[in-house]
Amino acid sequence: MTATHIQPPTAPIRMTSRYTLSLTTSQRNAIAGYMFTLPATIGFFVFVLGPMLATLFISFTDWPIIGKLKWVGLENYTTLFTTHPFFWKSLEVTTYFSLASIFLRLIYAFSIASLLNFDVRGKALYRTLFYMPSIVPIVATAMIWAWIYNPDFGLFNWILKSVGLPPSRWLSGSDTAIPSMIFMDVWASSSTIIIFLAGLQGVPRELLEAVEVDGGNWWNKLTAVTMPHMSPYILFNLILGFIAAFQVFSNSYVMTGGGPSNATLFLVLLIYREAFNNNGNMGLACAIAWLLFVLVAAITGLLFQGSRRWVYYYGEDR
Amino acid sequence: MKRRSPVQTLALYGSLFIGVFFSCIPLFWLVRSSLMTLPELYIYPPLLWSHTVRWQNFADAMTVVNFPLFIQNTVTILIPVMLGTLITSALAAYGFARIRFPYKNIWFALVISSLLLPYAVTMIPTFIGWARLNAIDTFYPLWVPAWFGGGAFNIFLLRQFFLSIPNEIEDAAVLDGAGHFAIFWRIMLPLVRPGLIVIGIFTFLNVWNDFLNPLLYLNDDKKFTVALGLMTFKGTYSTDWHLLMAGSAIVVIPPIIVFFIGQRYFLESATLSGMKL
Repeated sequence: MTATHIQPPTAPIRMTSRYTLSLTTSQRNAIAGYMFTLPATIGFFVFVLGPMLATLFISFTDWPIIGKLKWVGLENYTTLFTTHPFFWKSLEVTTYFSLASIFLRLIYAFSIASLLNFDVRGKALYRTLFYMPSIVPIVATAMIWAWIYNPDFGLFNWILKSVGLPPSRWLSGSDTAIPSMIFMDVWASSSTIIIFLAGLQGVPRELLEAVEVDGGNWWNKLTAVTMPHMSPYILFNLILGFIAAFQVFSNSYVMTGGGPSNATLFLVLLIYREAFNNNGNMGLACAIAWLLFVLVAAITGLLFQGSRRWVYYYGEDR
Repeated sequence: MKRRSPVQTLALYGSLFIGVFFSCIPLFWLVRSSLMTLPELYIYPPLLWSHTVRWQNFADAMTVVNFPLFIQNTVTILIPVMLGTLITSALAAYGFARIRFPYKNIWFALVISSLLLPYAVTMIPTFIGWARLNAIDTFYPLWVPAWFGGGAFNIFLLRQFFLSIPNEIEDAAVLDGAGHFAIFWRIMLPLVRPGLIVIGIFTFLNVWNDFLNPLLYLNDDKKFTVALGLMTFKGTYSTDWHLLMAGSAIVVIPPIIVFFIGQRYFLESATLSGMKL
């Protein structure tokens, strides 16, 4: 042995003071776990659950922005369903926008992602170019598109004119306003392409080749291999996209103010107006917000429930 | 892979070209319009590019609307939001990923459930709460919430990063007598740096792009953020499209720069966020 000095192990210092807590590992873990997650759980109660329940409570009251709160039971809801001049219109407009924009968004993103998934030269550049629109702030997006849609000097009417078609009124026509917003929304949601592309790159090649060996064509490959593999990605984008689309606000606030003739009066814009305009009515606004929540929760639930029939996870027996 | 026929190649690149055109033309039109004089914008047939390239539009846009002040306000909000988000979401994500404690999965499910919650259902009581605290027209409502978990999505994303770290690393540290906080701070955080960068980028974009919150909470135009400032611009100069486009370009440029710098991380996170629900 060389002359290495090995320190004799010092005797463990016993804390005999009665103030010392002796904790087991699992107790110490429990305390640490709660401490680490404390800000997030407080946040959940203060900024999520609390306000949510408050919204439900306020929806049963009559509460002008300056004035006393009065319990009115279901009156706000009956007003909305029967006499409110804008509620049904707003619900219809929001549903129309959400369904159409989600549908087109998924189709567009899936097609572009499939194209990029071929061995395309310069894929990285394409990816960048396609991702860029989703970085643009919504107010700027709205501004750019308001200019492109300008009936007199906008790009689109110039293009229509140059190919001999009649000009459109785009955002200022009550029939064309929502389709115009959907088109813009599809443009701005281009990050979906990248998510789909990431998914497509994980589709197992050997399975695709197996279909080929068995004499299958591209349709068989799509339905037997690609779609099952992509189904979790589609569900993810479907649900998050749907929730986001149902809350669309800035587009119409910036571009149309809800017009023309309420063609773009989305639900959140209606809530904003009811709550914060001059004789704002918090009770009514909260009732609309609560209905929006119930609707979104119900549809999300249905999508999850239905997804068991078509979403496939690896490692799961079917 | 089989070789493509020329027709297929043509169809492929043709469709891609149409897609790129759709994706890029609005941004090109923004740049093009922001560098023109007003009369040039109204010429028919339209000019593709300005004869004069008027950089002056940017200077004009900066003076008619106080963009430097709005940028300063936005950064003033951004800094505490960034710190709060990174710190509290990393703490929560570590706790949910690597510590065993009772009812952990229920807590995690609750915190994550707010990912699916429409903003509108919490908006009004939250506003009333801040109004009671006399915090309207201050920056508090815009940054304080970031210190309480930093958003469900960020916790979810960082938790994935923490979960991917092998247990052996932690075991070694435990043998050395390190506590949870030491493990978290000295060992785990450096390992999830890519995740923190992704969250940092998204936080910047969220604050810079946020419109509804500043609209709700800020009334005084000296306190406006960039996004809100652009909106007032539209109200006052609704027909000066060359200045409006220059103003929009000012708002668009910083996110685009951040995007180019952090591109790699974006694309990685797209892979991660496409994960199973």
